[in-house]
Amino acid sequence: MSTQELSRTKSAIDKSTASLALEFGHAWDYAPAPEAKDHVRIQPRYDLFVGGRWTAPKSGKYFLTTSPSTEESLAEVAEASAEDVDLAVKAARTAYEKYWAKMRPAERAKYIFRIARAIQEKARELAIVESMDGGKPIKESRDVDIPLAAAHFFYHAGWADKLDYAFHGRKVRPLGVAGQIIPWNFPLLMAAWKIAPALACGNTVVLKPAETTPLTALLLAHIIEEAELPPGVVNIVTGAGPTGAALVAHPDVNKIAFTGSTEVGKKIQKAIAGSRKRLTLELGGKAANVIFGDAPLDQAVEGIVNGIYFNQGHVCCAGSRLLVEESVHDVVVKKLKDRLQNLRLGDPLDKNTDVGAINSKMQLEKIKELVAAGEHEGATRYSAPCALPDKGYWFPPTFFTGAAQASRIAREEIFGPVLTVMTFRTPDEAVEKANNTMYGLSAGIWTDKGAKIFWMAGKLKAGVIWGNTYNKFDPTSPFGGYKESGFGREGGRHGLSAYVEVV
Amino acid sequence: MDEKKETAVAEASAASTAGVSTKKGGPLATAGSASSKARLRVAKAYKMYVGGAFVRSESGRYFQVKSDAGQTGPDPETVNVPRGSRKDVRDAVLSAKNAQEPWAARTAYNRGQILYRLAEVLESRKDELVMSLARGGLSADDAAREADAAVDRSVYYAGFADKVSALVASHNPVSGPHFGFSVPEPLGVVCVVAPPRPALLGLVSTVLPVITSGNSCVVLASDVDPRTAVVFAECLATSDLPGGVVNVLTGHPHELATQMAKHREVFGMDVWVDDDKLATDVEKAAADNVKRVKTHGLPAVEAWLDESGAQGIGWIERFLETKTIWHPVGL
Repeated sequence: MSTQELSRTKSAIDKSTASLALEFGHAWDYAPAPEAKDHVRIQPRYDLFVGGRWTAPKSGKYFLTTSPSTEESLAEVAEASAEDVDLAVKAARTAYEKYWAKMRPAERAKYIFRIARAIQEKARELAIVESMDGGKPIKESRDVDIPLAAAHFFYHAGWADKLDYAFHGRKVRPLGVAGQIIPWNFPLLMAAWKIAPALACGNTVVLKPAETTPLTALLLAHIIEEAELPPGVVNIVTGAGPTGAALVAHPDVNKIAFTGSTEVGKKIQKAIAGSRKRLTLELGGKAANVIFGDAPLDQAVEGIVNGIYFNQGHVCCAGSRLLVEESVHDVVVKKLKDRLQNLRLGDPLDKNTDVGAINSKMQLEKIKELVAAGEHEGATRYSAPCALPDKGYWFPPTFFTGAAQASRIAREEIFGPVLTVMTFRTPDEAVEKANNTMYGLSAGIWTDKGAKIFWMAGKLKAGVIWGNTYNKFDPTSPFGGYKESGFGREGGRHGLSAYVEVV
Repeated sequence: MDEKKETAVAEASAASTAGVSTKKGGPLATAGSASSKARLRVAKAYKMYVGGAFVRSESGRYFQVKSDAGQTGPDPETVNVPRGSRKDVRDAVLSAKNAQEPWAARTAYNRGQILYRLAEVLESRKDELVMSLARGGLSADDAAREADAAVDRSVYYAGFADKVSALVASHNPVSGPHFGFSVPEPLGVVCVVAPPRPALLGLVSTVLPVITSGNSCVVLASDVDPRTAVVFAECLATSDLPGGVVNVLTGHPHELATQMAKHREVFGMDVWVDDDKLATDVEKAAADNVKRVKTHGLPAVEAWLDESGAQGIGWIERFLETKTIWHPVGL
């Protein structure tokens, strides 16, 4: 080979390794593909759904729910006071004693199957409203939230008349009235996670949706009405923190199920101390997503993106701490940067959108504050160079490199599209860093070696471990955390124990 | 409540010993003054069991426990028992924390063998346990019945160690190309406040299900009859159970239960007290790190002898985590 040839070959190699960039050109400039919303019916005003009827709140107050992507008001929603909560609990108690506890389990099951079917029938409408009210991309509400919500009802319906098998032959009985408080990140899905097992086990329900995303729970109330459930079996009371606090404090509630922040979870646990109320908590997280050098890196990068930018990072189990083996750190960061170029941020109703709007102004402020803290603490920020719409609440997909373990962005749950990248050298160090958190909800492991996945999965203190995948959910699969990520499980046989007493 | 209880215990002891003619004057009196063959008996110092060692309270404090059976065996009628402190709780939790992962890492078969060894040791020292229970106020029959049940309960959990997983794990038939399963894992360090009665069976019934699955444990023993707990700890020490897996403290629930509840390295608590306020305080303090806390009133002593209620998978399940694992399936 001549010198000239050699240098040509060398430059070709340089070229191929210097840029590991994925080359897409303009192939990614998609035309807008908005989902039509003309067939969706949102009422101008929603009352409380109590005792099978739509009733105006005793408080006389209503609040507006707005679209975070346009800042337009979508509807007026009733604000339940302590008095309204009391009426809802009474309705649930009456329904428990009069209908639900007495009903043949097989009949109970059929009602729940009905709900599942109606969600499937109205899936498109529910998906659109979910994206309008919460800001998440339609592809996610359409392909994840709504189908999974239907699946949760379908799954749990079947348990209603098989509970005798679920606890090793031990008999169980329902708890009574369940008070359930859910967050804004997966509004309908969280309602399904809570309501379906509670009903299947024979309890009645008072559910409080989050104040920024009440609409799909109210559409679900219509479904429940149309499914002709006995009045009061499910009651929906809308409102903010004080409404939830009234539900927690109500003396005739037998069980509290809460999904939300660790801070509020601790307050609830304290508030019900000594009350004999049963409690399950699904709280925050700061999950480690661990990438070993032997991992299939392109797939891992997809996993990182899915782990942290899915639902704008408004996911309690988001893979918000990326732990990369030092030897592949630069390559992974480069690939991630490239991948971020091609995430489409914008109109949640556009079928091409990957990253939607931040759920609320308040959440956007919190994300900005933590990102500023990250910069202040000396980490290097990279944000995808995407244009943000003028109206609404937006934050570009972002990651930090060079962050210290002790920094706020490595410890605190940001609950936004912000990833903190750190490195490790040995598997033991990866375990130590991954477990170095008060949380323990989830974790990811990426490696080509099966034995290493099992070794690592055994060591990680987290309730859900994804090996070579991330953010997968299923009603058959128990979900819930270790440590300060809460206790109790949702889904699977394990989830049932949150709603029964073994006698 | 505990002060009241202590007074009550003191009164009860005084009453029960009033009619018994006990020789006054301690060991010398027993030895007699005339016989040259008489031997001075050696009394035992009752100590807490922490990290595999027998220790006094770092606080130097003690409380006195009288014998309801008068002076039997080598011990004097009244013994001094360590009155555990907050620092003792912290030391014990540290021991438990260090011991937990190696304990959980042992095979379930091995944990089962060690629990069976415990049963063997308990059986072999049953006379001593029975005598201790009798000093704690039980009739000989009741004491023997309790000791038998304690041995049998150890055998029960010995045989459970390698079956828990089969009962509570699951394969999750998820909708998609993934293999998913859920397995039980220990919580970590669990603190137990054992019921005052039955002093031995209550201790065994609450501690063993906690450690069977791989948790480690700090237990505050009955302050009505702490001597029996110390004898039990001596059985633990000779049963191949690694030091630190079970740490036995003596002292008072009203002093130590909330300290346990506040400790951030403790992930679970099982509290048996007849005091609603204390139970509420424990639940409140436990919220600080989202502990899994179970508080109970005090069931009748008979209930602890009932095999259908006082043992079972439910006792183990209460202090388990569930870990769900997903992996893609494909070529």
